[in-house]
Amino acid sequence: MNLPLSNHAYGEHDLVMPPDDPTSHDDADIPLETRLRMYRMLQEMRQFEKRAYDMFMQQLVKGTTHLSLGMEAVAAGFGAAMRSDDYTFATYRGHAHTLARGVPMEGVLAELLGRANGLLGGKGGSMHLTSVEHGVMGSYAIIGAHLTIANGAAWSAQYRRSGQVAVCFFGDGTTNIGAFHEALNYAAVFRLPVVFVCENNQYMEYTAIGDITAVRRPAADRAAAYGLEPIVVDGNDADAVHLVAADALEHARSGAGPVLVEALTYRHGGHSRADPGKYKPPGELEAWLAYDPITVYRGRLERLGVAGADIDAIDAEVASAVDEATEAAKNGPLPDPQAAFTDVWADGGHTWRS
Amino acid sequence: MAILTYREAVARGIAQEMERDESVVLIGEDVAGAGGVFKTTTGLLERFGPERVIDTPISEQAILGAAMGAAMTGMRPIAEIMFSDFFAVCWDLVVNEMAKTRYMTNGQVTIPLVVKSGNGGSLRFGAQHSQSIENWAMAVPGIKVVAPSTPEDVVGLMAAAVRSDDPVLFFEHKGLYSSKGEVPDGPILDELGTAKVRRSGKDATVVALGLMVSRALAAAEQLAERGIDCEVIDMRSLVPLDAATVLESLGRTGRLFTVEENPRMLGWGAELVAIAGDDGFWDLDGPVVRITTPHIPLASADSLEDLMIPSVDRIRDEIEQAMKG
Repeated sequence: MNLPLSNHAYGEHDLVMPPDDPTSHDDADIPLETRLRMYRMLQEMRQFEKRAYDMFMQQLVKGTTHLSLGMEAVAAGFGAAMRSDDYTFATYRGHAHTLARGVPMEGVLAELLGRANGLLGGKGGSMHLTSVEHGVMGSYAIIGAHLTIANGAAWSAQYRRSGQVAVCFFGDGTTNIGAFHEALNYAAVFRLPVVFVCENNQYMEYTAIGDITAVRRPAADRAAAYGLEPIVVDGNDADAVHLVAADALEHARSGAGPVLVEALTYRHGGHSRADPGKYKPPGELEAWLAYDPITVYRGRLERLGVAGADIDAIDAEVASAVDEATEAAKNGPLPDPQAAFTDVWADGGHTWRS
Repeated sequence: MAILTYREAVARGIAQEMERDESVVLIGEDVAGAGGVFKTTTGLLERFGPERVIDTPISEQAILGAAMGAAMTGMRPIAEIMFSDFFAVCWDLVVNEMAKTRYMTNGQVTIPLVVKSGNGGSLRFGAQHSQSIENWAMAVPGIKVVAPSTPEDVVGLMAAAVRSDDPVLFFEHKGLYSSKGEVPDGPILDELGTAKVRRSGKDATVVALGLMVSRALAAAEQLAERGIDCEVIDMRSLVPLDAATVLESLGRTGRLFTVEENPRMLGWGAELVAIAGDDGFWDLDGPVVRITTPHIPLASADSLEDLMIPSVDRIRDEIEQAMKG
C-alpha cells in the first residue's frame, strides 16, 4: 500500500538555477546616476552584512542574525524606486531593506551590538530594525503578520489621500502561512496601495521551498486566487527589479490596487547564524555565486563604460563607511539600565497599577 | 439624560468619537451593513459613510493588522473581533505586534487603537463563544484592558480608549448588551485605570467586573438584610489596575472578596489578591476569598452554565460563610 505521505518527495524538487545571461538588462532605460546609486547600495548592504557576520563570529553581535547575502538586488532595486515617504515593512531578514531607505549604518550596527546608539536603543535588535523617519515602519520577526500591518499603513495612506505606497518584503516561506492569504485578499478587496514582494530565496529556513509548497512559484502561482497578475522577476539583477518596482509602485499609487511580485533569488548562507546550510545540493550555491547580484551589476556598469577605477572607488568609500560605523558602534555606550523600563506605554513609562 | 441599552451605548460612544475626530474609523465583520451581529454598531454606516465604517472578510489577522498599520500612520481605528474567543486566531497581532512594537522601536511607533469585542458567558453559546478572556490580555505588557459594566461607562470608557495613545482591548459583556441604564446627555469622557465604588459598605470589600458587578450588588443587598454590609467595587479597567481604590477600601473593611467570571487559574482577582498580600496584608482581618467560575470550559446547557458562572446566590453564600468564619 502506498500511503500519500510516502509520495512526498522530500529533497527531490527540481533545482532552480539562475539565468545565464547577465546582459539582459544592459539596455534598460535607467539613468546612469540611478545605476551608480544602486551599485553603491548593493555594496553597502554586502559589506555591512559581511562585517556584521565577522562581528558575530567575534561574539560582538549577540543573539542571532539573518543575512541577505546574495539577495541585495531586491532591496536595492525597490529602494531606489520608492518615494521618500513610502513605507517599508520587512522581516527579521531586514538589514538590507533598512539600509536601502537611507538609514545610517552606525545605528544599525550599534543596534546589533546592543548599544545605546543603536537604532532602537538596544531594545529591538537585528530582527526589529525600524526607522520611522526613513519610512522603515518595522522589521517583523514572526512571519505573516506584517503583511496585514502593511495593509493598514496602505489603508491609512488611501484614507488620507497621501499618495504613499506600502512595500512589504517577505520570504518564500511566508506564502504558506495563513496571514499571507488573509492579507492578499484584504488588500485586493479594498484596492489598497500596497506592493507585496516575495523574496524567493528558495529556502524556508532549512527546508527547500519546493519540497513543502504545492505550487512551483510560491507567490506568483497564488496571485490568481486574489485577482492579481503573476509577476516573477530576476531578483539578482537590480535593474530588472528596479523596472518591476517602478511599475508596481505606479500601479499601487494610481489607485489600481495591490501588486504581488515574486523575486527569484538565492540566499548564499544559511537561514540564520546557526545554520551552515549543509542541505544545499551540490552545484547549486556555485551556480548562484556565479550570478551574484554585485558581479552582475559591476559587469553591466563596465559594459556601459564606467571605468573600473571609478567602481573601485565606490567600493573603497563604502568600506571606509563600514569601518567608521564599526568603530562608532563598538565605542557606543551600553544602554542606560533605566531604558529597560521606558516606552511600554505612550506616556513613556511602564506603570500598570496604582 | 436618556435610558440606553448597553449595546446602544457602544454605538453612541463610537459615534461620539467619530464625530469629534475624522481619524477614527471602524472595521470588522458585519459592523457596517448589518450594524453588528450584536447590534452594537447600528446606524454608524448611515451616519459616517462607507469610507469610515467598513465590513471586512472573516480574516481576524487582516483586521487587526489593518488596524495596527493604520494606527502607526496617523489614524485611530476601532476594530471589532466579534466574539472575544476569536482573539485566539489573531493573538499574534495583539501579543507580539501591538503590545511590543512601541517598546521594541524605542518609542518610535505609537499605536492608538481600540479592539472591541463581545466577551463572557451566560448566553448559552457553549465553550468557544462564551469565554472571559480579559486575563489573557492583562498578562501581556503593553496592552490596556477595559471591561465596562454600565451603559454610561461604556460611552465614557470607549471615548477614553479611543483617545488613548496605547492599544486598548475593550471587552463588552455579551450578557449585558440588553441591560439598560441612564446615560447623561452630551459628550462623555471617562478615565482608563479607574475603579468605581458602586455600593459603600463597612464590613467587606467585594470587587467585581463586567456581568459580575450587578450580581455582586444584588448579593450585597441580600447580605445587608443579614447584617453584612458590603462595599462593591467595579474594577472597570484591568490595565492599568486601580489597586489603590481596592486597598483603600480594604483598609476600611478588613475583608476582601473577588467575583470573577473567568476560569479560576490566574484570574484577574488572583493578581489583586497578590497585591493585597503585598500592600494590604496588615489590613486583612480574615482570609481572602475568590469567587470564580471553576477551572473548566463552559457548557452550553443553561442548567450547566448557570452552575459554573458565579450566581447571586453563590456570591451571597460564599461571602456569608467566610464572614461568619
